[in-house]
This record gives sequence, structure tokens and C-alpha cells, in this order.
Amino acid sequence: MTDAANPMPEGPADLIETEYEIGQDNIQTRIGPFGVDIHNPVFMVSGLTIIAFVVFTLALQSEAEAIFGWLRPAITSTFDWFFLGAANLFVLLCLVLIVTPLGSVRLGGRDATPDYSYSGWFAMLFAAGMGIGLMFFGVSEPISHYSSSVAEGAGSPDSWAPLAGAPGDPAEARRLGMAATIFHWGLHPWAIYAVVALALALFSYNKGLPLSFRSIFYPVFGERVWGWTGHVIDVLAVFATLFGLATSLGFGAEQANAGLNHLFGLPVTDASKVLLITGITAIALISVVAGLDAGVKRLSEINMILAALLLLFIVAVGPTVAILTGFVNNLIAYAEYLPALSNPFGRDDANFSQGWTSFYWAWWISWSPFVGMFIARVSRGRTVREFMICVLLIPSIVSVFWMTAFGGTAISQIVNDGYQAVVDASLELKLFVMLEALPLAAITSFIGITLVIVFFVTSSDSGSLVIDTITAGGKVDAPVPQRVFWAVFEGLVAIALLLGGGLGALQAAAVSTGLPFTIVLLLGCYALIKGLRAEPR
Amino acid sequence: MYKSILVPVDLEHADRLEKALATAADLSKHYRIPVCYVGVTASTPGRVAHTPQEYAGKLEAFGQAQADKHGIAATTKTCVSHDPAVDLDTTLMQAIEDVGADLVVMASHVPGLPEHIFATNAGYLANHASVSVFVIR
Repeated sequence: MTDAANPMPEGPADLIETEYEIGQDNIQTRIGPFGVDIHNPVFMVSGLTIIAFVVFTLALQSEAEAIFGWLRPAITSTFDWFFLGAANLFVLLCLVLIVTPLGSVRLGGRDATPDYSYSGWFAMLFAAGMGIGLMFFGVSEPISHYSSSVAEGAGSPDSWAPLAGAPGDPAEARRLGMAATIFHWGLHPWAIYAVVALALALFSYNKGLPLSFRSIFYPVFGERVWGWTGHVIDVLAVFATLFGLATSLGFGAEQANAGLNHLFGLPVTDASKVLLITGITAIALISVVAGLDAGVKRLSEINMILAALLLLFIVAVGPTVAILTGFVNNLIAYAEYLPALSNPFGRDDANFSQGWTSFYWAWWISWSPFVGMFIARVSRGRTVREFMICVLLIPSIVSVFWMTAFGGTAISQIVNDGYQAVVDASLELKLFVMLEALPLAAITSFIGITLVIVFFVTSSDSGSLVIDTITAGGKVDAPVPQRVFWAVFEGLVAIALLLGGGLGALQAAAVSTGLPFTIVLLLGCYALIKGLRAEPR
Repeated sequence: MYKSILVPVDLEHADRLEKALATAADLSKHYRIPVCYVGVTASTPGRVAHTPQEYAGKLEAFGQAQADKHGIAATTKTCVSHDPAVDLDTTLMQAIEDVGADLVVMASHVPGLPEHIFATNAGYLANHASVSVFVIR
């Protein structure tokens, strides 16, 4: 379809000549009263599998629980080296792109201008990238690593401590605990997102291919990406997105439920979690119908302000000096422990490297199609270097600061005040127990719950936008009822997983879709470099 | 009575627009006023074009073909939207203002159940635009 007479994107770019017409495999029809425009094999295979999955998990809850309980440790213990090694590669690739001439390629052609301001862009990529996770793990992860490191048995095979731990040494345990947390929330996750997002943006804006996963693999498979090879890649991307998203939604529901119980005495039961997911999904539907600019963007900006206020509050009323000096110290500790923590082979801390790190890497990877596609969609007009700095370095630094403020405050509460409650509380409750020891706890806890809920809404909304685009063959203007379908099913998958095995099931789902997608991504790195080298600079 | 006509076109489904295009051309000749064809595209590649620039080129060609076929004065305007599935209505409202048109001629389909939840684009414009809207079914 591309011919010489076609104008380039804004400025010179390396458009790919292909016979494929976007939407050529789509069926445009009516299902009941609603018009749909869907990519036939991709939508059918992924839609039917998801429906079957929800029905199976809900009908056979105890069997499902047994399967999920076995699946997660089986995958993370067998493939831990693979996840760790792949994530290291992604970080290296990103750093190389920042410093080499490839960094000057501009997404959308040499003269393209950005569609979004820095603040709007940044708010969206942060809300999409971590959101709920930062709320859930901000206090609970540093505390977990700290207490397992300082404990007597740290370093033994039964211990959950990172590396050899620091038994009986609270100061070193604090450094190690923060370094391990930052390791999981710093460069590695953002590098995974950045690679996926950059590849999608490049092949769509500069090469003129549809905004879908298969397009990344054009340099590898050629015209075959429009056939079943591409269908498989896109279906895998849909599964990874849906299950990665459901994991976060499940975490969000657990935490919102725990918080509401803490504040208002709402009972912690399956019924209340189901009600919460249903209620929040209903709010998400309003945002879905409002679209990208009026829905996700506006909510993300509101959430950025709320999150910044909460962060400033913690810094102001918490141990201010300890947080500010801790920020630098934690960065140093992170740099110091990074080589040992990211080493994929010969680890003696199996519980930590498999139970925490492998799980995180699989989770980030299963999230990457979603976050990557979303970042790609709002990143036109940025250069590769600018993109990498904004998607890799700045979010990593914000994550470090967030973890330092929330986790550091909680560790100080234990070390300085002997505040044991925050250690004893369950994972989803730790944030609220930490806030309780600070002034205005009722208000800050309420803001905390609100943040979890709004992050839930933006994730669900942007997630349905992304899945809809993939299942519509890369079209971004497919009818809105399709997005509604996916938003509803994201909620249903989260409910099914929570009922069929709780958090363990959520993690198993994220891990098992993350594994095949890691292979896909490694191949994608090669295609990305090939694509970037072909761009005029 | 009117100064200029705005016709929203969907280049992907141009075949379904025949009646609206003919009506617009007739009105244009009757009142001796120009027609502006407005298309909305996303910045991502779509079925019609790989880039907004290519889309603008195709829309210009479409406008020229209409002008030649009906013997009318025609211009075109390409609007780029972040989320055309949702923002089409507001984008078209803005286009009416930018173009300064005082009559909109646009195709719509027969209303059914979904229109109680999601308004049709033509229905939205008829409700909200301050200019006259001629909805062709």
C-alpha cells in the first residue's frame, strides 16, 4: 500500500513497504445491538480462552487452587536464571541506546513534535507502570527484606533474606533491605517497559506498521507476521496483559479491602473483595467511555497530585532527615549490591531470588505489553534518548525516593521506636499500620485507599484500551463497546483468580504468562536494534 | 442563507457516504457556497493511511474528486485525535468552529438500542452544535 508518492511521517523515516493493509483481517459486524470491528483469529482465540478460564476457575475453585499453588514455584525455581538474565540484558540495551548515536532517532520522523506535555506524559506512564504496586509494596517490601535480613537465621537456606542477609546488624540489614527493594522497583522493571514501548512506537510511528505486537517482529519474520506467527504473538500479548493486570487488580482489591477494614470495619471476606472489584470496574467503565484524554489522562494527573501530597506528608512528618540522607545512602547501597542481586547463576538465597526477584521479573514482563503499548501510544515526537531518560532513569529515581520515604519511615519506626505492629501486620495492611503511627492517620489512610482505587481505575481503563487495540489488529478507532467488554473481563479474571486461590493464584497467573513472553521479548530486542539502525539519523 | 458547508467524512467507509455527499453537493450548488470535507485520524497507522500526513493527502484527493464530480468549490481539513473512537464528537465541534461553517451535512445510521447508551456522532452534533445540522439516514 505504501508507494513512493506517500508523504513520510514528519521528516525522514524508514517506512516499511508491505502488502498488508491494517484491518484487512478484521471483521466488522454487529453482535446483538453493538457494532464491532475485531481482528478475527486474535479476538476469537483470546476472548474464548479467557471466558473458558473464568468459567473453569470459578467452577472448580479447589482444583484451580491446587494447580496455581504448584505452578508458581515450579516456574520461578526452574527458570529463575532465565528471568534474571533476560532482565539484565534489557537494562544493558537501554543504557546502550542512551549513549550511542541510535539515541537521536525521533519517534514519528525527524521533525515530529510531542503530542503531550512532560507532566501529562509522565503522570500517565507512572500511573500505568507501577501505580497499585507502589501502594501495595511501598511499606511491605522494605519491611519484609529488613526483618528477614536482621533475623538470626539470615543466610541459611530457609531464610527469605536477600543474599547472605545481615543477622543481628540492623544498620546493614536496612541498607540491604532497601537495596533489594530498589532493585525490584528501579532500573530493571523500567528497562523492560522501555524496550517494549520503544519497539512498539518505532515500528508504528516510523515504519508505518499497525500498533500491535506482531509489527515489532517484521524484521525477523517478514510478511509471515501477518499470518499465524503474528496471531500467536498477539494472543500471547493479550494473555500477558490480562493476567498481569488481573494480578495488580487483585493486589489492589486486597489492599483496598484491608484498608477499608482498618478504617471503617468493612469485613475482609471474598464477598467484599468481589464487591470492591465490581464497584471499581464500574467506575473504570465510566473512564473507558470518556476516552484517553478525558479519562485516563485526567485521572492519572489527579493521582499524581494525590500521590505527591502523600509522599510530601510522609517526608514532612516522618523522619525527614533520615529520609533525605537515606535517599542518597540507598542509591549507594543499590549500586553496591546491584551486581550480586542481579547475578542469575549460583545463588545461595533461593527463597529471595526465586520467590521475590523471579516473580517480580515475570510480573513486570507480563505487564510490559500493557505498559509498553500505553507508553508507546503517548510517546510520539520524543527522541530515543529523551524517551529512555524519561522512561528509565526518572521513574527509577522516583521509585527510589518513594521506597525510601515509605519503607525508610517504617524501618525507622521499628529500629528507633520498637514499633512491632508494622512487622506483624499482613502484607496488604502494612501501609496503613505505618500511617497509624504518624499524625492524621485517618486522613492519610483514606488518601491511601483513594490512591489504590484510582490507580485500579486507570490500570483497568488503559489496560482495556491496550487489549482492544491488539485484538482489533492495531486499530485505535474500533467501537467503544469492545473496550467495555475487556474492562469487564479484566475484573472477572481478577475475581476468578482471587476466589480460586487468592494471591498465590494471582502470582501464578502473572508468572506463567510472563515466561513465554520473555522469549518473545528477547527476540524483540534484536528486531528493535535492527529497526533503529535502519532509521535515517 | 448559508455561508459554507462542513461534511465529516470517514475515508474508510466512503462508499456509505454517497447520499450525504450528493445532498451536500446539491446544497452547495443551490446556495453557491463552498464545501469543506473534514476527516479525523489518529497519529498511529490506520487502514486508510500510515501517517496523518498520508491521510491528509488522501483526503485532499477525495475533496478534489468531489469538486470535479459535482462542479463545486471544495476544501479539506484533517484533524488528528488521540482517541478518535471517543473524541470524534468534540473534534468535529472544534472543526466546525475552525472552518467557520454554518451548515453541517452528515451521514448517520438508523438509531438502535446502543444509541441510548452511546450517542451517534450525528446525534451529538445535532444536540450540541450551534449551527444547523442536516442528518442523512
